[in-house]
Amino acid sequence: MRSNNVVLINEEGLRVDGRRPNEMRPFKIIAGYLSNADGSAYIELGRNKIVAAVYGPREVHPKYLALPHRATVRCRYSMAPFSVEERKSPGRSRREIELSKVIREALEPAIFVEEYPRTVIDIFIQVLEADGGTRTASITAASVALADAGIPMRDLVAAIAVGKASDTLLLDLNGIEDQYGDGDMPIAIMPRYNLVTLFQADGIFAPEEIEEALKMAREAIYKLYEGQKEALKRKYLKIREEVLSSE
Amino acid sequence: MPVYVRDRDIVVPGEPLASQLFKGEGAVYVEKRKIYAKALSVVEIDSESKVIRAIPLKKKYLPAKGDKVIGKIVDVGVTHWTVDINSPYPAILQATEVLPRPTDAARMDLSKILKPGDIVVAKVIVFDLTRDPLLTIKERGLGKITKGTLVQIDPAKIPRLIGKKGSMANMIRKALGVDLIVGKNGRVIIISDDREKEALAILIIRKIEREAHVSGLTDRIKKFLESYGIEVENNA
Repeated sequence: MRSNNVVLINEEGLRVDGRRPNEMRPFKIIAGYLSNADGSAYIELGRNKIVAAVYGPREVHPKYLALPHRATVRCRYSMAPFSVEERKSPGRSRREIELSKVIREALEPAIFVEEYPRTVIDIFIQVLEADGGTRTASITAASVALADAGIPMRDLVAAIAVGKASDTLLLDLNGIEDQYGDGDMPIAIMPRYNLVTLFQADGIFAPEEIEEALKMAREAIYKLYEGQKEALKRKYLKIREEVLSSE
Repeated sequence: MPVYVRDRDIVVPGEPLASQLFKGEGAVYVEKRKIYAKALSVVEIDSESKVIRAIPLKKKYLPAKGDKVIGKIVDVGVTHWTVDINSPYPAILQATEVLPRPTDAARMDLSKILKPGDIVVAKVIVFDLTRDPLLTIKERGLGKITKGTLVQIDPAKIPRLIGKKGSMANMIRKALGVDLIVGKNGRVIIISDDREKEALAILIIRKIEREAHVSGLTDRIKKFLESYGIEVENNA
């Protein structure tokens, strides 16, 4: 446990940004945010701003990466140099490489990869502004981008983090809480299956705290899931409305 | 009857559509006796024949035997051409499918017949996911295209552009007096000597692509044509 004197929860039980412990930040999802990618999405979760783009299934280059029985999934998570307070150097950091991998692994179980053997599905994630919980917001956005690209999937994937400060569980950590808190536990779930596809944790959590954290995360994830569905449908319902109202 | 959606609803991957008393068609998968959508789709319910269909709003073209496709030559080999058919799988056009029978392809310069950048209308002979699709141009109506305008739309919208038994495409052909070659891979060639008619055809194709999921498409296209002072025969 880190020793610090940063007050993350005040006497009224409110957090630094005025939220209650089990309150997530407001979010906004837009599907089809970019026009050049096959599928794309934009998400705002509190102060996080992230764009996800999907290309594919398409031909694999270099050829040796092609798998004979399924599509390869590649993922690249990167943070813009201006996404954090102190300029981030633009090269790929150790952290970005790791996040690319865990995000890919969180999304892969949802994709019917067997339907397009010898091809690749590329996922690009660009963090424009970061404020804690970018990996989970990236998963939520990338899953919308995959569906927007028309890629066959079992389910969408939504994700949120649960953390801890002064022995209280906090839903959806922001940057300060992530930095000074006592733990961070990102969780991704396929809502229809209720299956966890990403579970990481740093810090120390008691077994019952993990149970409770999962419960909090699940509730938030269902809210995100509704937002994902709404975003995907909005694009087409808007055209329908436009057409019908012009008649 | 356990149906979880309404006709013409838009569904996302993983959304339950109906119980297995229905027959699922299109972009669906079955799990625990329920039918789910597996892609962003429009739902079509036929309650008489108990069929529930998910029609994807976007998709990549997967070659199928007998499909007419419009390809672009990207590479010339010793005995074959590689053709881009707007699919995750590049197609192969063998020299024997182009040249008259007893010709030694290896002794000819194939780039003199078709060169990179050339557009061909071809037909898929075989495809099974383990190997790249093979094409032929040895049939009537197939071969190199030398004039016209190429338009590319999402392959998922091609059935709407063709219409029932070709009704939509025929309506455009008749009303505008243009020739349309529609490839299953999402590419369309418009051939016309009239620049304006050609531009109008492009507008219509784009309109179909955008509004394919809204019912009453044929009527809207008719109205659209009429708004440009073009008469449409009423044979529907």
